[in-house]
Amino acid sequence: MLSHRLTARSQGHEWPSYLQRRAAEVQDPSLQAFFAAGCPAPETPIGEAPLVALDLETTGLDVQRHAIVSIGLVPFNLSRIPVAERRYWVVRPSRPLSETSITYHHITHSEVAQAPDLEEVLPELLEALAGRVVVVHFRHIERPFLDEAIKARLGEGIRFPMIDTMSLEARLHRLSLWSRLRRWMRRPPVSIRLGDSRRRYGLPDYQGHHAMVDALATAELFQAQVARHYDPTHPVSALWT
Amino acid sequence: MDAELLEIRQHMGRFPPFDVLDDELLDSVAGQVEVSYFKAGSDILQLDQELHELCYIRSGAVEVRRRTGDLYDRLGEGDIFGHFSLLRNNRVRFPARALEDTLIYHIPETVFQHLCEADENFADFVELERPRLEAAVEEHKKANDMMITRVRKLLTRYPVMVEAGASVQEAARQITEAQASAALILDEPDGDPRYTFADSEDRPWRLRGILTDSDFRTRIVAEGLSPDTPVGELASGRLITIQSDESVHEAMLCMLRNNIHHLPVLYRRRPVGIVHLSDIIRYETHSSLYLVSNIFHQSSIEGLARLAPDVRAAFMRMVEEGANSQMVGSALSTIGRSFVRRLLELAEEALGPPPVAYCFMVNGSMARNEQTVVTDQDNALILADDFEPAQHDAYFLALAQFVSDGLAACGYAYCKGEVMATNPQWRQPVSVWKRYFNEWIESPTPERLLHCSIFFDLDSAYGEEAYVEQLQDVIATKAPDSPRFLAAMARNALNRKPPLGFFRTFVMEKDGKHNNSINLKRRGTAPLVDLIRVHALACGSRAQNSFERLDDIAATQLLAPGVGDKLRYAMELLSMVRLRHQVFDLQHEHEPDNNIEPENVADNERHHLKDAFQVLSHAQKFLKYRYPVPAHSGRAR
Repeated sequence: MLSHRLTARSQGHEWPSYLQRRAAEVQDPSLQAFFAAGCPAPETPIGEAPLVALDLETTGLDVQRHAIVSIGLVPFNLSRIPVAERRYWVVRPSRPLSETSITYHHITHSEVAQAPDLEEVLPELLEALAGRVVVVHFRHIERPFLDEAIKARLGEGIRFPMIDTMSLEARLHRLSLWSRLRRWMRRPPVSIRLGDSRRRYGLPDYQGHHAMVDALATAELFQAQVARHYDPTHPVSALWT
Repeated sequence: MDAELLEIRQHMGRFPPFDVLDDELLDSVAGQVEVSYFKAGSDILQLDQELHELCYIRSGAVEVRRRTGDLYDRLGEGDIFGHFSLLRNNRVRFPARALEDTLIYHIPETVFQHLCEADENFADFVELERPRLEAAVEEHKKANDMMITRVRKLLTRYPVMVEAGASVQEAARQITEAQASAALILDEPDGDPRYTFADSEDRPWRLRGILTDSDFRTRIVAEGLSPDTPVGELASGRLITIQSDESVHEAMLCMLRNNIHHLPVLYRRRPVGIVHLSDIIRYETHSSLYLVSNIFHQSSIEGLARLAPDVRAAFMRMVEEGANSQMVGSALSTIGRSFVRRLLELAEEALGPPPVAYCFMVNGSMARNEQTVVTDQDNALILADDFEPAQHDAYFLALAQFVSDGLAACGYAYCKGEVMATNPQWRQPVSVWKRYFNEWIESPTPERLLHCSIFFDLDSAYGEEAYVEQLQDVIATKAPDSPRFLAAMARNALNRKPPLGFFRTFVMEKDGKHNNSINLKRRGTAPLVDLIRVHALACGSRAQNSFERLDDIAATQLLAPGVGDKLRYAMELLSMVRLRHQVFDLQHEHEPDNNIEPENVADNERHHLKDAFQVLSHAQKFLKYRYPVPAHSGRAR
């Protein structure tokens, strides 16, 4: 546990140089611009860092078999989430849409049939993310799916620092002495899913599984997490991975 | 509409003042909000901070304080704040703090101003209390107007919907089960987005047609079709529909033009209900006059008592059809007086002609023409001066008993305070009554003041009207010149204080405590009636009705300009909420009362009530100052 956090910390300080190195390597101009924009310095207080909440809806959980169907994002900071600046795209998945995934996130065949390929929206997407710290709920979807999808189209992958509101919840509820006690008592672990986490902060229930709504919900959750557990002067590198 | 904003727009669309906005305007607001989270105990707005946004509470609770630190208001989900500052000088006048973890939607000033310009209702709502109250009252007056009322108001439930593949029999079963008379036929989308909508589970559908009761007769049974026929085969031709924000009038025209009885109502492309022609006909005005003539045709107490349900029905109709409180109050008082008159006629038939002349006086709400369905009897007998108790009183006691029992049988409860003609104290010759009134004004005691607040609303229901007029003369000439009496009445009128307002599903008291119900008569209309009566007495008004009294008061310089109007709107609003609450009780087969539960009050009504209580509270403060106890008063302080 301790060693994991230490590596996370040390990795946090390597992000600016990693992004700088990639900027020099990559061929695609929009990827180049994205990496060149870099990220805030690791010691930047979280209250001053430009943030962007991101959510992807995919046809499933397996990055090898499933694909992205929609992307929602909203730039924000600790005091405001300007809804007007939100971006939302439906994209045509590279792999067929199953019936179960339709019922899951409400995106239909006809919508998808008219949607552009991810490659077409990529420049806009990268521009919206550039220079900001990306906030997601459960980075193990956003990170590999984006990397895989971009690699498939541009031949080069993408990685950047992310704040994961789910792992922040896990730190609080899964790693604490209290949670170990619960586990020892064989109580079910506290749910760290988006909706359940939000409820703990008095945030309203939103209808889930819409990339834009989930991005907004994630941004609100992060504001709440910082308001309750951290300080706006906390360095970003302590939260990103 | 961007589906991704549905979460925001649907929430705002449920709460005033956003609930009155048309859909496009609402969308534009939802797309412009900025969201932020406030931990419990943190400041949202600080005193004198510059402010360029309206705040909307998406979840949580907020406490608003005065400059002095006193509690001003407590707000919950769907409430707004900051608008006073936006309308003034963009400086925060009332600091706000999160009482619980709170999510705020900030609406930029530019959007706020646009809303004020584009929507009159919105502007009225965010303005100060008087225009807001005024708007509420005016809006209610217009509610009956078919040109203005939106057709969605007639919808009571979602339409029955069947898939095209379902059999006719299955459709018939579903329609019957829902006690409906039609169902909509849904089909797979055909790719044309103009006819595609998503259901609550977000499944896409195409609205194919409608199947009505008469279709079963004309197109199925008459044609000899099998019950297994898929309903999709019956859907043909163009389906006529209407948008939910069109007027009732437009819906009626549409039905007449197309010769149809069922009209599917859509919100955008999604069906939200079916209006039937009878819904619209029911919306039209009925008369309650027949009831009065019916009263005079009854020849027994039993016959009169059988009309009690009709009184309630007439009352419900009037309120539902948008009559104002004065119309309802005077109609019910007229009905009440008709019962009194008919009972007296029947009593005289039974007892023989009266030995001396008399006047049957009604008091309280019936005298003021402000009666509702929840009422008790306040009445008295004024007898001619040649009345000899030993000889005549047995007759008048019997008469009074007959009327009192009769009224009780008709739904007018006995007066708990014994203010009835059956009480010998209130069965007196006119000279004794004059002495009573003079004494009460000259040397008011707590008991006499109580009598004043009942008997100084007085009217004749039957007999020698002149007797009541003589008593009204006494009051009108004597009261204005009796400062000590007015001061005593003014203090008496302060006994019942309005609550501060509402917070969530509680009534909030001045001390920050909560109640879960409120007696709207005791805490609202009655103190207002008392207060208006004091001013009316001071200006020598002979009017009995509170609104007419306000007219008389307005003709003098007694109140500052505009105050009379505020009182009028507060009175109308409190009365209407009370009346609507009673209708609600009747509709749900409860015994109607004056106790409203805040959870049953619509959100916008809560705001208006809050304003009305404020008006009453301000007016009460003024009363003490306006009618001071005179310095030369003989009584020790």
